[in-house]
Amino acid sequence: MEQVADTAELDAEFTALYRAHLRDVYSYAYYRIGNHHDAEDLTEQTFLQAWRHFARARSESDGRPLRPWLIRIAHNLAANYYRDRARRPQSPLEDADVVSAPHETEQLVEGREELRDVLDGVASLPDDRREALIMRFALGMDNREIARALGRSEGATKVLLHRAIKQLEGALGARG
Amino acid sequence: MAELSDTERLLRFALAPVEPPRDLGERLEHRLTQVAGAAAEELGDWELGAMRDPRNWVRPVAAVAVGGAAAGALVLVRARAHRRPAPGELRPGGLKALDRGTRDVARGLRRRF
Repeated sequence: MEQVADTAELDAEFTALYRAHLRDVYSYAYYRIGNHHDAEDLTEQTFLQAWRHFARARSESDGRPLRPWLIRIAHNLAANYYRDRARRPQSPLEDADVVSAPHETEQLVEGREELRDVLDGVASLPDDRREALIMRFALGMDNREIARALGRSEGATKVLLHRAIKQLEGALGARG
Repeated sequence: MAELSDTERLLRFALAPVEPPRDLGERLEHRLTQVAGAAAEELGDWELGAMRDPRNWVRPVAAVAVGGAAAGALVLVRARAHRRPAPGELRPGGLKALDRGTRDVARGLRRRF
């Protein structure tokens, strides 16, 4: 009876996790992979794998948020995706119109060309820098969360982000 | 919070969150429900399933072998106990055999006389 109650509780918690972070995982997958079809596959595989290991992850998390753990699963699956198919993220992204959340900074962007330059610049960064930027800007993760997802220290993550932004600035400056 | 640079503002716009297709959510929930249901059934059927898989027969077979050996040993001990009564102790069927022998001798004497 207790086993049944535990299972029901786990299922409920996993459902909450899934609903809270479906968009995060999908956004991460989309910006990593570069097309919707494979991003859907990666999202599905991420949650299936998360479900299999959820009980253990929950018990080991000590109450910390599980989003970095989810993103780490997606990160590992994406790495396998590239290794298996020996391909890099597609660039440019297949459909920039899917960018769905309007920003207050929208007025600052003069046109799609500038947006395309930024996305191309991100795609050309080394994997770890690109990933850190996706986590920070697409998912809104803080340094601690990104550090957990990438398996690095917070200090190393801060440096990584700083260098990624500087490199991107240099690339955009060179284009402009 | 530190003020964002122009590049960071551009990044926030360029890397805006992407809404997953609605059917992905539905499909995934359906798939997870299926997997969870299958896992629950699998757990329920685990004992039977384990017996169907020859790889899981080692432990039950070992248990049967140990149990069988113990039972065999018990039978053997009983048989030996039956064949070898303690010294000075009559076998359980000894008096009957003596009685039967006495009756046979009496029957033989009556036939002679």
